[in-house]
Parts: sequence; C-alpha cells; structure tokens
Amino acid sequence: MVTRPGGDVVTAAGTAEPIWGVLDQVMDPEVPALSVVELGIVRDVEVDDEGRVTVAVTPTYSGCPAMRVIERDIVAALGAAGWPEVTVRTVFSPAWTTDWIGEAARAKLAAYGIAPPPPADVIRDGESPDLVPLRRREPRVRCPYCGSSATTERSEFGPTVCKAVMFCEHCRQPFERFKAI
Amino acid sequence: MASTAHPAKRKGEPGAVPALDPALRAALVQYLLRLGDDRLVLGHRLSEWCGHAPILEEDIALANIALDLIGEATLFLRLAGETEGAGRDEDALAYLREAIDYRNVLLVELPRGDFAVTIVRHFLFGVAAYYQLEGLTRSTHPALAGIAAKALKETRYHVRHAGEWLLKLGDGTAESHGRAQAALDDLWRYTGEMFLTDAVDEILVGAGLVPDLAPLEAPWRAQVTDVVRRATLRVPESGYMQRGGRVGRHTEHLGHLLAEMQILQRSNPGATW
Repeated sequence: MVTRPGGDVVTAAGTAEPIWGVLDQVMDPEVPALSVVELGIVRDVEVDDEGRVTVAVTPTYSGCPAMRVIERDIVAALGAAGWPEVTVRTVFSPAWTTDWIGEAARAKLAAYGIAPPPPADVIRDGESPDLVPLRRREPRVRCPYCGSSATTERSEFGPTVCKAVMFCEHCRQPFERFKAI
Repeated sequence: MASTAHPAKRKGEPGAVPALDPALRAALVQYLLRLGDDRLVLGHRLSEWCGHAPILEEDIALANIALDLIGEATLFLRLAGETEGAGRDEDALAYLREAIDYRNVLLVELPRGDFAVTIVRHFLFGVAAYYQLEGLTRSTHPALAGIAAKALKETRYHVRHAGEWLLKLGDGTAESHGRAQAALDDLWRYTGEMFLTDAVDEILVGAGLVPDLAPLEAPWRAQVTDVVRRATLRVPESGYMQRGGRVGRHTEHLGHLLAEMQILQRSNPGATW
C-alpha cells in the first residue's frame, strides 16, 4: 500500500502493474525467447509516491554473467517508459528455480530451439542425498526440432551455465536443454 | 568479480544483515573470507583449464564450474566487506589482499596438476562444500542462508560432475586408474583442514550463524568412500594432515596464483573495462 501525501490510498499492485508490463518486454540476453518476467527472475516491483521504482531480481546462477546486462536493460527500459529513478535490488532467497518458468514460457523455449527444463529435483529435509548416482534417471527430453524422444545428453554444462548440451539421434541435430535447478 | 562501473544502483536485501556485536562480527568476517577465498582460489585454478581441457565439452564444463565458484565467491566476499564495514568491496578483497590475508584451505591452492588431480580435488572439496552449505542454509543470518541455498544447488551439479569423472577415471584404463589413485594419495593429507574448527567457528556456532564442521566429516567420509570404492580405487590411510590456510600460512603456490590474478588491479589501480 502506498499512502499519497494528500491522504488518498492506492494499492502498490495497481501502480506497479504497468511496470510489470514494461519488464515483460525486457528479454533475457542469453535466452532472448523469454522475458525476465517469464524467466521468473523478477521477484518484486515497488514504486513509491515519488515514482521511484525498486525492482527485486534474483540471479539464475550466482556466477551468471548476464546479471549486469539484465540490470542495465531493466533500468534502460523503465527509463524509456517514464520511470527515470530505478533501483535494482538483488535477492537470493528463495533461490531461483526453473520450476518458476510457466507453461506458456516453456512452449516459447521449445519453439526457440531450447528444450524446457524437467521439474527440479528437491531434497527433502533429513533425506540423505545421492550425490553421485550410479545410474541417473533423466526424464525423456524431446528434441525441440523434430519432437523425437531418442535424445542423449552430451554434456551437463553447455554454452551458458543454465543449459546442457543434448543430441537428437533421430534428426542428428545437437540442441540445448534448460537444466533443472 | 566485476570491475565495470554500473548504472544501476545496488542495495542489499533489507534486514538481511542482522546487527551483531563486535566479536561476533569480526568472527563472521573471517568465516565469510574462508568461504569466499576457498571458492575464489579453486575457481581460478579451474579457469586455468580453459583452452587446455582434454575434450571440448570438458573445457566448457570446467569453465562453467569456475564461473559458478567465482560467482559464489563474489557473494560471500561482498557480504564479508559489508559485515566488516571498512569500505572494502568484493573486488578490493579479491585483488588487493596479500597471500597471508587469504583464508582458503591449502587443498584448493595446490597446482591444478593433471586432469585426475583436478577431478579428485574438486570431488573431495565439493562433497565437503555440499555439507557445509547445507548446514548454512539453516543459518540465523538471512543473507548468509540465502547465498548458501543458491550455492548448494550449484554444488550438487559440481559434485555429480566430478564424481562421474572419478568413476570413469578409476574404473577406466590402467593409466587413468593409476593417475586417479596417485591424485587421491597425494591430496588426502590436505582434506583434514576442511573440518578443522577454531575460535571463529566456536563463537559463530554458538550464535546459530554457522554449522559445526566437525560432525560433517563422517558423512563426507561416507560419501567419498562410497564413490572411491565404486571407482575401484582405495581410500588412503589418514595420517598427518596439513593445515595453515585458515590462518594465512599458505604454500608457495598461492602467491604465484595471486600474482597472476591480481596483476591488472595492482599495476593499474581502479582500472575498469
């Protein structure tokens, strides 16, 4: 809630709504098929009665080199849309998970040529972790090009930290998969 | 680490850094330096493989993991600087401290050796890091717990990567088996330091800020033993354990590493790009 100096009260959500709209046009520099909102890294937007905006962003990976570009793009996009004073705040808790990427965004990823992530593996409290499983049960990953499930993982570490390298045995095409985290 | 001037104003999470009395704060700074320096130095060692790894996928994987570790180091060192309150940010801590002020364990500063040494070292460190970070997610310090939760997820990928390679090397050819066993034998004496505790740990454990490291050695050993045996390798006998990194007594190797890592900021203070 924001109380204006005159005493009338407006909800923060109502004021922040157009800002979310602008942010939904800010594309992730490394996965340009998705906006930073669709990726789930924008955690909160606040605007005070002077029109100063604070955007809370959480990194995908702690070493993600795109974070600074993303912050710069957010400031630039909001500046162009009429919010000149923008603070980008980095939050770490709760840690980002690929489960925050919604269904529509997953379809966009696949259309772009990146297989969407399977559900993230959650370790429950007190459960003994199997850190190096002898046989990993990877969910079937469909090739984003031909739809075949005859795919194999070439490397869990791809061209960016958030993606693995896959290979489709059917259309003989390498492709990227978003890693579940 | 970033040296680029940045247009966005930064601020931390409100309420994420609790008010601490001076003794607790000094101990926390030391502890955060330990966490940050372990990752900065190991990340730098891994980055040395960029362009030199045995296969392209591995080159990319090691660079990815190095990036994660340096990212984690940035977060821990930034929090160390904020907690210290003396105006040092993560870049000042990384680039402008002498070897004697570094607080990493000796294990991570040893030369990268051959691929077996790199993999065995990463596995031994990664499993210990997993349990320490898991304990830190329950810290009463919200910012520390948040960074730990983030790093924990990444560490699972790192450990799995190193562990799967250890299985391949140990249960591979006579050459790879011999090299993996030699690496294990050489590095084993540096593992004890990861579970040593001192006055810094004591005061922080008492305040619920960090987990006690000593009880983590048993699950670490169980995990390591399991994978080492599956890799048809032998767990070395535990004898004398090297120590000193946590109090700034390092091997000669750290100075050489820092010379390379720090030269740009040392010769062009404040340079940005």
